[in-house]
Amino acid sequence: MTTVTETTTLTLDRADVWRRATEEPQWVRRLLIGTTLVFLALFLILPLIVVLYGAFEQGLKVWYAAITEPDAAASIRLTLLVVAIVVPINIVFGVAVAWAIAKFEFRGKTILISLIDMPFAISPVVVGLIFVILFGSQGWLGDWLNAHDLRIIYAVPGIVIVIAFGTLPFIARELIPLMQQQGKQEEEASLTLGASGWKTFWYVTLPNIKWGLLYGVILCNARAMGEFGAVAVVSGRIRGETNTMPLHIEVLYNEYMFTAAFAVSSLLTGLALVTIAIKSFIEWHEKRA
Amino acid sequence: MSNTAKAKSVIPGFNITMGFSLLYLTFIFLIPVGGLLLYTSLMSWDEFWRAVSHPQVVASYKLSFGASFIGASINLVFGFLAAWVLVRYQFPGKRLIDALIDLPFALPTAVAGIALVTLYASTGWVGQYFELFDIRIAYTQIGVVIALTYIGLPFVVRTVQPVLEDFESELEEASAALGASRLTTIRKVILPALLPALLTGFALAFARALGEYGSVVFISGNLPYATEITPLLIVAKAEQYDYNGAAAIGTVMLFAAFILLLVINFLQWWSSRRFSH
Amino acid sequence: MSIRVENISKRFGNFVALDNISLDLPEGQLTALLGPSGSGKTTLLRIIAGLEAPDSGKIEFYGKDQTHQHVSERGVGFVFQHYALFKHMTVFENVAYGLTVKPRNERPSKAEIHKRVMSLLELVQLDWTAHRYPNQLSGGQRQRIALARALAVEPKVLLLDEPFGALDAKVRAELRRWLRKLHDEIHVTSVFVTHDQEEALEVSDRIVVMNHGSVEQEGTPDEVYEHPATPFVYGFLGSVNLFHGRFEQQQIVVGGDAIPHQDELLNHGSDVYAFARPNELTIVTDPTASHGIAAKVTQVLAYGLNPRVELESIADGSSVQHFQVSLPAHDIKALALETGQQVRLVPSRLKVFERTEASATGDEAK
Repeated sequence: MTTVTETTTLTLDRADVWRRATEEPQWVRRLLIGTTLVFLALFLILPLIVVLYGAFEQGLKVWYAAITEPDAAASIRLTLLVVAIVVPINIVFGVAVAWAIAKFEFRGKTILISLIDMPFAISPVVVGLIFVILFGSQGWLGDWLNAHDLRIIYAVPGIVIVIAFGTLPFIARELIPLMQQQGKQEEEASLTLGASGWKTFWYVTLPNIKWGLLYGVILCNARAMGEFGAVAVVSGRIRGETNTMPLHIEVLYNEYMFTAAFAVSSLLTGLALVTIAIKSFIEWHEKRA
Repeated sequence: MSNTAKAKSVIPGFNITMGFSLLYLTFIFLIPVGGLLLYTSLMSWDEFWRAVSHPQVVASYKLSFGASFIGASINLVFGFLAAWVLVRYQFPGKRLIDALIDLPFALPTAVAGIALVTLYASTGWVGQYFELFDIRIAYTQIGVVIALTYIGLPFVVRTVQPVLEDFESELEEASAALGASRLTTIRKVILPALLPALLTGFALAFARALGEYGSVVFISGNLPYATEITPLLIVAKAEQYDYNGAAAIGTVMLFAAFILLLVINFLQWWSSRRFSH
Repeated sequence: MSIRVENISKRFGNFVALDNISLDLPEGQLTALLGPSGSGKTTLLRIIAGLEAPDSGKIEFYGKDQTHQHVSERGVGFVFQHYALFKHMTVFENVAYGLTVKPRNERPSKAEIHKRVMSLLELVQLDWTAHRYPNQLSGGQRQRIALARALAVEPKVLLLDEPFGALDAKVRAELRRWLRKLHDEIHVTSVFVTHDQEEALEVSDRIVVMNHGSVEQEGTPDEVYEHPATPFVYGFLGSVNLFHGRFEQQQIVVGGDAIPHQDELLNHGSDVYAFARPNELTIVTDPTASHGIAAKVTQVLAYGLNPRVELESIADGSSVQHFQVSLPAHDIKALALETGQQVRLVPSRLKVFERTEASATGDEAK
């Protein structure tokens, strides 16, 4: 599109006059591109660089020491444990709810879809608060839990629950539009050929949704590992025990251990970059197909 | 075969998938949220009103709503610009930039928070230049706006981009052929078509900013009456076991979120009605 | 009778898709369900397949009740309008699918599956595409693969939903002939849905004409075309000229003109629809002639594949009627017609229906 004015330098005066009807003058285009790039550099690229710079400023050794230090390692282990529980649950929920919504007609479908979106709009802090009120030692079920020696708040179960709440929409939101758009003809074809429901899902539906599912999983994973506000409320920030990676970063930062904070941050940043790389790859793959 | 709630379908698995989905939603979502509302409703009106109208709380609403609004407005302008540039123009590194737009969505908020405060502190890479003009960003309300702009950045871009991609260039050509200037075409033909998407993106960015906690706490300084956002106040109250106060304010925030969700749903309904044939 | 449809009804909300339909479809024949969109033909096909459940009624294959049999156990071959090929599988895998998903104890050996798939691909003349993916094939090729896939499970009945609907005219004509030939080879009881009367007339052994969820007529293509039972069937099968008139004293009175017509079944003085095909009208240019119906020439098309004369009624206060007369090009030239010239139309054959509430739903001339 832009080549029209850029390559006609020989007929300068004509290039100035003739412009595609759907195009702005070159100086306008340059100004708009420039402004966008400055804005995005300030907001997207500099923060990225500052994290990586801060993490590796004092060399790989210091970075490595910071992420293998016992408390940091404990926070990484805890985060991975939580993700290992939450992501599979979300996969089952996402696939199940997308199947029900995309393949069947029933009343209240739009309400169900809005309901799935809701955790996305609720402040993570409010999510944390909800479960503190339910399960905290001063909360509704506090006495009962104490009597049975169960700990949910300021312990791992609470962290798992709030993260499950916060990441509930991610896989479902990827799959619902995808499966709605694919309709149910291929499934019907499979059934007419004698396949059972389970085989139909396994051989026909799953291969069709695998890329959307993959992106949903990876996004859900990134968000689960990075969840902060809700976890901050329910974890109690017990070092080496209930600090997930983001909480550990906060602790390190507040203790002025900036290099260590950035080192742990660099891991999550790497994960975020992998996430958006996979998203771009999937979009590229889909456009090609 | 004997389910009455749905039209009979030969595709199996409705009962089990629907049953599991509803069960999971009920336990992880409906009962907890209902619990908070019930908890708040058990408070006396006086107690509730005192909790939600305390001057410190009101100051936090003003900051939270105000900064979220400003942040979403900045995103409205620059998000539209970014979407326009990414769809319409070619330049080196475009695909990389396009991919990076999603970063605030994927990057943990705590990481974003410490990165932003490091950049915009008076000694930081960016902050030092503002310091020359005696402008402070970190630990002021400007810092809050910066953080809330950051986390809302993908929304306007990602809602406007697909609409702009599908926009028929014939409409622009028709407008130009009828004698409209480029600016008039953009103002009268393109912008109205993008309006629902722009508003949806704005509302999404606003909703996200309103509840945001992680990226703000580092850069805001958390000074009562000045740079204290409402979510921070909820955390503080919960940590002091003032569950009633926290629940009351949390309920206010919950209703704000519901209303925004309704607005967003309405906007999406509007835009689908407007552009479906 | 291999497929028996008994008192099938189906509603979607307030819309009656099928209203108490009963049909017997003979073994080994190719039957067309013909009708406009919304006539219920696709719904009926999907109910026969078991893809849709009827509200009431019964489906039998070869005397065995299938109404409560799940689609995966009915042993039908179903060909979808938009092919519904599995995008992520090769052509070979698509055709083999029905065999590979069989329970282990019923599943043929790998070698056998390979043999059967390849012979089917040869049958549809696409064996060279075995390792391609559906998106590398043309629409017509995809439809043939979809057919091979449906045949792989050796279905008791073969059901095709608008099998050529998504294809362009040339490919459609080709595939039509090919399907007819294929059916003569394999003789599996087949039902296909179409809204294209030419397709139905050309391909099928029997035609079931449907409208508004009911069967209008059932019979061989010849019966249905030559002896339409209702104005709807007459209008739906090919172009028609329609005259609104009254039956009086062995003639049809149209406006100020009259056409002689012998019919014992018509009531004297009743309002009637009189139909004539474009090739059943002759043009009389003699200005002194008094028989036939007066009309005015609007356009003369004495060239192309379908040479014809377009005319309209001489306005008598009511709305203007359009007529079409098909004639060989040289006959049209010999008449030396001019636009605006007044002529008279004389039908060589007329089909007359009494005008009742029910027949008033018959479509106008198309």
